[in-house]
Amino acid sequence: MNNKPRIAFFDFTGCEGCQLTVIDSLENHPELLEAVDIVQFREAMSEKDDDFSIAFIEGSCTRSSDEKRLEKIREQAALVIALGACAHLGGVNAVRNIQPLESVRRCVYGEKAEVYETSIAKPIGDVISIDGFIPGCPIDPEEFIRGVKRLLQGNRPLIPDYPVCIECKLRENACLFQRGKVCLGPITRAGCGALCPSLGVGCEGCRGLIPNPNITWLKEVMAEHGQSSERISAKMGLFMTNQILESEVIDVES
Amino acid sequence: MSKAKVKKPVKIDVHHVTRVEGHGNIVVDIQDGKMQRCDLQIVEAPRFFEAMLRGQPYEQASHLSSRICGICAVTHATTSLRATENALGIVPSRQTALLRKLNLNGEMLDSHILHVYMLVAPDFLGVGSVIPLAKTSPEVVLRALRMKKLAGDICSLVGGRHTHPVSTVVGGFTSLPDAASIGDLHGRLLAMREDLDATINLFQGLSLPNFERDTEFLALSTDDEYCFMDGAIASSDGGTWPIDQYLTVTNEHMVDHSTAKHAQNFRQAYMVGALARFNINYEKLHDRARQAASALGLQSKCINPYWNSIAQIVEMVHCTEDAILITERLLDEGILPEDPVPVQKLSGEGVGACEAPRGTLYHHYLIENGVLRRANCVIPTAQNLANIEADMRELVPMSMEREPEEITLALEMLVRAYDPCISCSTHMVEVNFVK
Repeated sequence: MNNKPRIAFFDFTGCEGCQLTVIDSLENHPELLEAVDIVQFREAMSEKDDDFSIAFIEGSCTRSSDEKRLEKIREQAALVIALGACAHLGGVNAVRNIQPLESVRRCVYGEKAEVYETSIAKPIGDVISIDGFIPGCPIDPEEFIRGVKRLLQGNRPLIPDYPVCIECKLRENACLFQRGKVCLGPITRAGCGALCPSLGVGCEGCRGLIPNPNITWLKEVMAEHGQSSERISAKMGLFMTNQILESEVIDVES
Repeated sequence: MSKAKVKKPVKIDVHHVTRVEGHGNIVVDIQDGKMQRCDLQIVEAPRFFEAMLRGQPYEQASHLSSRICGICAVTHATTSLRATENALGIVPSRQTALLRKLNLNGEMLDSHILHVYMLVAPDFLGVGSVIPLAKTSPEVVLRALRMKKLAGDICSLVGGRHTHPVSTVVGGFTSLPDAASIGDLHGRLLAMREDLDATINLFQGLSLPNFERDTEFLALSTDDEYCFMDGAIASSDGGTWPIDQYLTVTNEHMVDHSTAKHAQNFRQAYMVGALARFNINYEKLHDRARQAASALGLQSKCINPYWNSIAQIVEMVHCTEDAILITERLLDEGILPEDPVPVQKLSGEGVGACEAPRGTLYHHYLIENGVLRRANCVIPTAQNLANIEADMRELVPMSMEREPEEITLALEMLVRAYDPCISCSTHMVEVNFVK
């Protein structure tokens, strides 16, 4: 035995792209494998060990059976970290939360819709307490490595709380709104280096909302750029359906 | 001896088969030496992408549908774009088609390397994962990582990111790679030939289970190349169909034990993926890939599903050669700084089809005023499920004399050979033996 921290990876509803990004990140940082023991990683390993202290969880909670599994992981792990937009926000899985559940099931599974257990898609933080998150769809490999290093030093991952616009300006990009496109950069958490806007694609909000986002104003600007309310909702909801719904509830209450 | 063993009820229940993408269980129940039950249960949580695509602006559909799968994100995005473009009457440029094929080559390589080295090789080398291999055969692991990095770098260069492409949009690309990066990639691709030769040597020495079952193979096909995008649907039982008639071929239906649908064409089941493509399009492989097939002992038509992994190695050689040719062409002709083809009409219906690493993928959209109103996605692993079960149901009765642990391993290896991508197909592996 040794005293290396024992890390486990778990997957819930999602595309497993974040786990693949973890494998990618280890290609560039093999030294990490010297510093920790990976004791569970179903996609890459048959070996399995339930003695772990740090749990990385990918995917959203979409079934009541998921909730029990999450609670078990929480009991065992000293630290639980949400890995990627599905675990952190609900991500693309939450797109269906704005449609009636019954209609969603019938659309895909027809007459047999009731056979399949499902409920609304939730971020894992809605079910168990979490100790941090690595945002994005998929996660940024370097941000993941930095996050793990901080965890090993007893700190939480350091994630920016300023908007993507800051990083976009630093890269001296022309604003996409001036190029006739729409972009969620003003309300979305930075840390990606403004990857999508730098490639000419408007930010889609995969890293979640900044604190105190001005959603109402951004909707107005998007409308001025010719976007219908259906399109605005679909664009804001690609990764942030749950967060946008919550902010609307808060607006009504205040 | 074995008689007594046979009488003993055997129950195999592999809950969540490991080293596959997504969640599936294998359940086998043998009573009085007779197979009562042999199912591949798909227990992945349903994803409901077809419902989620409804209401999406057409320009966002490919970015949502790439999230169906982290391994074949490029194929989902590209198929989605082809469906939208066919619906809206958009014909992308030749350069766009070349760059998309380069991107698909990158993803095919990436997925096949991951599958062959990290998910299949441990079974043949008798270890639980690639991790102990790092100590016993570091050169094998380092080679796999080196090759995988190159594959991922192809996708990053073309699509802006390894997993979930950014700059691939309806009508073309929002950002193009520069000639220097294409040149650098070309050099690294040439250097990868040596790693591919070493890969062929490694897998030449390994023996695969001797199990054959004839089935129908389906793959996209064109006259001029080993087809990964567009083309027509071709069957090993004869016949071709235009891609917009995919429903007459796939015939998806629900089964009780799975969150993934099943498919059938001429027979009870058919197979898609590397072995199907190899069997149907062998003649169009690049020379080096055909040489690799002969060195590995793979001949068309091969009906041993375990050889799907070998067909993947042949395709790794093919994709590398194809990527070398595409990069040479891009360097010769120069990268034109072109914008995506503008959208003229905002309504229509269209089907897109591409070969994902695991087989033929279809997206079918109905678009009205720039917003998707209906979507259907037919996923490779879902098409393979009925065929995997048909294999399992023939393999188990042949294996009654063997210990449950051996049967379990043979079944797990069979399922893994198909390289099932379960996250995608739940719109898959645990082995449950009951003898």
